Amino acid sequence: MIAHAIFFYTFSIIAVVSAIMVTASKNTVHSVFFLILDFISISCLFIMIGAEFLGMIMLIVYVGAVAVLFLFVVMMLNVAQQKNQWFAAKDSSKHIPVGLLISTLIFVEIIIVIGGWKYKPEIFDINNSITQTSISNTHSLGRILYTDYIHIFQISGMILLVAMIGAIVLTFRQRSGVKRQSYIKQISRERAEGVEVIEVGTNKGVRIDD
Amino acid sequence: MTEIGLGHYLSLGAVIFSIGVIGIFLNRKNIIVILMSIELILLAVNINLVSFSIFLGDLAGQVFTLFILTVAAAEAAIGLAIIVVYFRNSGTIRVEEIDKLKG
Repeated sequence: MIAHAIFFYTFSIIAVVSAIMVTASKNTVHSVFFLILDFISISCLFIMIGAEFLGMIMLIVYVGAVAVLFLFVVMMLNVAQQKNQWFAAKDSSKHIPVGLLISTLIFVEIIIVIGGWKYKPEIFDINNSITQTSISNTHSLGRILYTDYIHIFQISGMILLVAMIGAIVLTFRQRSGVKRQSYIKQISRERAEGVEVIEVGTNKGVRIDD
Repeated sequence: MTEIGLGHYLSLGAVIFSIGVIGIFLNRKNIIVILMSIELILLAVNINLVSFSIFLGDLAGQVFTLFILTVAAAEAAIGLAIIVVYFRNSGTIRVEEIDKLKG
């Protein structure tokens, strides 16, 4: 139990500090790296409390795909000229106190809700236990994911497809003046436009580039 | 202190959620940081769902977390594509210079 506490505090402190650094870092590339660190520590927490499948999936999806996507976009766009300034404009500083106030209010409200939950311990007795200790987390998750939640699973696949098509359509652009290979044009060539039979006169030859 | 319960995980989720909201409000650079703050908020929601799922012994929370993960990945892809198109058209993604809609 003491090891659980040590690991929890280690990973949560790393997660909170790196979350602060995501918002406070001057360089956007550093923010992306701290976001990766945040996701890694949170997935370690997930693995520690018994949700192994979700921890691994978070590592794959976030660290492997989303963070690399962020990094790619940050490095592709030219955001380097604004990395050395903390508050870019004068008039942006007027909603800093409002933002701090609202964020603190949200935090206090959530903490109050958590405190009320903690002093009502009989709520934990509602335990319609689907989890079984005999099979692993991945096994039991797959068992309900492909039976009870199969329609939502298919819909989430459709969401991913729509997102993929949307991203491609948004960023696709047709440039003029770039030579491309068009296979429809290639396979629809006729003999008449490719080959020509010419009478070649004696001692005259053929001029090709006329 | 050494007994880690549900409240600890929920508090961690609350802290990360608030940091994400602060990151949206106090953003001074570009829109990509706002997208990253949204990812932080979704991460906090995931922490809450997973910890409730573990401590109540109900697997539905982990299934929901899986779907939130899916939607977050789709949102990040679409958002970054929109940012790339906007940068290509107007040449900037600074927050205070994006005022074409006069909002």
